[in-house]
Amino acid sequence: MSRPRPEPVQVIKQRRDAALAALVESVPYIGFLGITFERRGDELTSTMHFHNNLIGNPMLPAIHGGATAAFLEVTSVITLQWFHLWPQFESGDLDVETMAAGQMPRLPKTIDFTVDYLRSGLPRDSYARATVNRSGRRYASVHVAAWQDHKDKLFAQATGHFLMPQERPSEG
Amino acid sequence: MADKTQLARQFIEAIPHSRALGMELTEIGEGRAVIVMPYDKKLIGDPDTGVIHGGAVSALMDTCCGAAVMSHPSAPSSTATIDLRIDYMRGATPGQTITTTATCHHVTRNVAFVRAVATDEQSETPVATASGAFTVEMKS
Repeated sequence: MSRPRPEPVQVIKQRRDAALAALVESVPYIGFLGITFERRGDELTSTMHFHNNLIGNPMLPAIHGGATAAFLEVTSVITLQWFHLWPQFESGDLDVETMAAGQMPRLPKTIDFTVDYLRSGLPRDSYARATVNRSGRRYASVHVAAWQDHKDKLFAQATGHFLMPQERPSEG
Repeated sequence: MADKTQLARQFIEAIPHSRALGMELTEIGEGRAVIVMPYDKKLIGDPDTGVIHGGAVSALMDTCCGAAVMSHPSAPSSTATIDLRIDYMRGATPGQTITTTATCHHVTRNVAFVRAVATDEQSETPVATASGAFTVEMKS
C-alpha cells in the first residue's frame, strides 16, 4: 500500500493558475469590463476594477446596474465552469496548454438571472463570490454576492440558472 | 414633447456605461422606451460562436427599463433598480443589432413595475425578456 508522491507545489499552482487564466481570457466581455479573478485552492473571488465607463448615474455617482448585473453573471458563469472543469484538468483529461491555446470547452448558457440591488454601487472596486448550489448534468443553480468596502454589507446579489454544455451524441 | 425626447436622449447618452456599450435611444414617451445596441466584438461572451455576453444584454435591459420609468406620465425625478430578472430565450445572432423595448406598466407612489423585450434582426422570437421593479423618486 503505497500512495503516489504528491506533486510539487509549483506544478499544481502553475496548472490551476493557467487553467483559470485560459478560462477568463477566452471571454472578450470580461476584459472589456475589467474583471479579474483570484484563486485560493478552488475558491474564486472576482474583482471589477472601477473605471469611468462603469458609471450609470453621473450625478451620485454610482455604478450602472447593468455593469453590476454583468459582473455578477460573469462571476457566476466562470465559477460554475471552474468547478465543472476542475476534475478534468486536475486528472489530466483536459490539457491546460490546449486550453491556453484557445481550445476551450463550451461555457454553460444562462437560462435566467435575477439581480437584487441592495445599495448603490460606489465608484470603487467591487468584489464577488459565487456559490454553485446545484450542478446536475443538464441544469445548474448559482448564487452570487457582491460587496465593496465591507464583506457583510452586500451591494448586490443574484441567483441564476444555467444550462450545462451537453456532450454531443457522437461523443457517447 | 420634442424637447422632452431630446432631453431624454441626451440623458441616456450621457450615461458613461451605456455610451461605452454603444446604446442609442430611438423612442421614448408615456412610460415606453426603445434602445438599440449595435453588435461589437468587445461584447462577445461566447468566443466559439461570437454571441454577445448576457451581461451586455442585462445592461441594455436595465438602461431601457430605467428610461421607461423616467418617461412615465407620473414624471419621477429619479429612479434606481430594485430587482431585475432576465430570461434568455436564445443567443443574439452575431453581427446583428439588438433592439429593446421597455414598458413601465404600473407606478405606485414608491415603486414602478417594468417589462422589457429584446429582439435582433433575425426573427420575432425574443432574444431575452426582462421583468423588474424600480424605485420612484418624486420631486419634493
